[in-house]
Amino acid sequence: MSLERVFDIAGSALSAGSVRLNTVASNLANADTVSASPGDIYRAREPVFATMLGEQLGAGTTADAAGVQVAGVVESSAPPRTEYRPDHPAADADGYVYYSNVNAMEELANLVSASRSYETNVDVMNTTKQLLLKTLELGR
Amino acid sequence: MTISIDSALGLHADALRLRERRTEILASNLANADTPGFKARDFDFAAELARQQGVGIRLATTDASHLRDATQGIPAATELLYRTPTQSSLDGNTVDPHLEKAAFADNTVRYQTTLMLLGSKISGLMKALRGE
Repeated sequence: MSLERVFDIAGSALSAGSVRLNTVASNLANADTVSASPGDIYRAREPVFATMLGEQLGAGTTADAAGVQVAGVVESSAPPRTEYRPDHPAADADGYVYYSNVNAMEELANLVSASRSYETNVDVMNTTKQLLLKTLELGR
Repeated sequence: MTISIDSALGLHADALRLRERRTEILASNLANADTPGFKARDFDFAAELARQQGVGIRLATTDASHLRDATQGIPAATELLYRTPTQSSLDGNTVDPHLEKAAFADNTVRYQTTLMLLGSKISGLMKALRGE
């Protein structure tokens, strides 16, 4: 039965999508964290998606059924936002504070895209569930 | 008169299997809408159905050891094609979520249609068996 595999496929996309939503939430929460040195700042994180082919998805799946997995989470190498604020408790010897390198606009756009993808996969699952239930009633 | 269940159900059983397969492929496309380098895939439904039905050109075999056509014996894997991207993206992904969603909805409706036709075939058989 292929229809049950749809749950594996859409399920893998949902779990990858939740990692993506998690990193966005983490990035936005840490958008204003400060540090006294540019090396210690919070760096924006982003998951890297990779296609998960049949065998990785579970037993009995064909090679052309493709799910998604998170291959890794990379940190942004963008320079930190620097401000001259000598009165700040976290300022360094020269009076500079270093903010995280999160770009809030980018994160918001990413959030919208991630939630749309998530919704799509939930829809796929719901539709497939209805199809399966209708198939079970075949011949009644 | 003998009735073979397979021939009584006609092509609807094959069609249902293929629709199921297409649901899986389209779900894969939608799941990978954000995966870099993923190429959207699909198959030609009419051609695959004709192939499963054994219509078209096939290899003639006169001996059991002859090279067998994929359509003979066990149903072969469907031949997957790659979609032509309408708007190419920088990361090499060719999934257009809107197109895929439309195809998925279309496939769902057709699946239900096939299911209905199959259902009426079965209830027709049941009526014939009961002789009411």
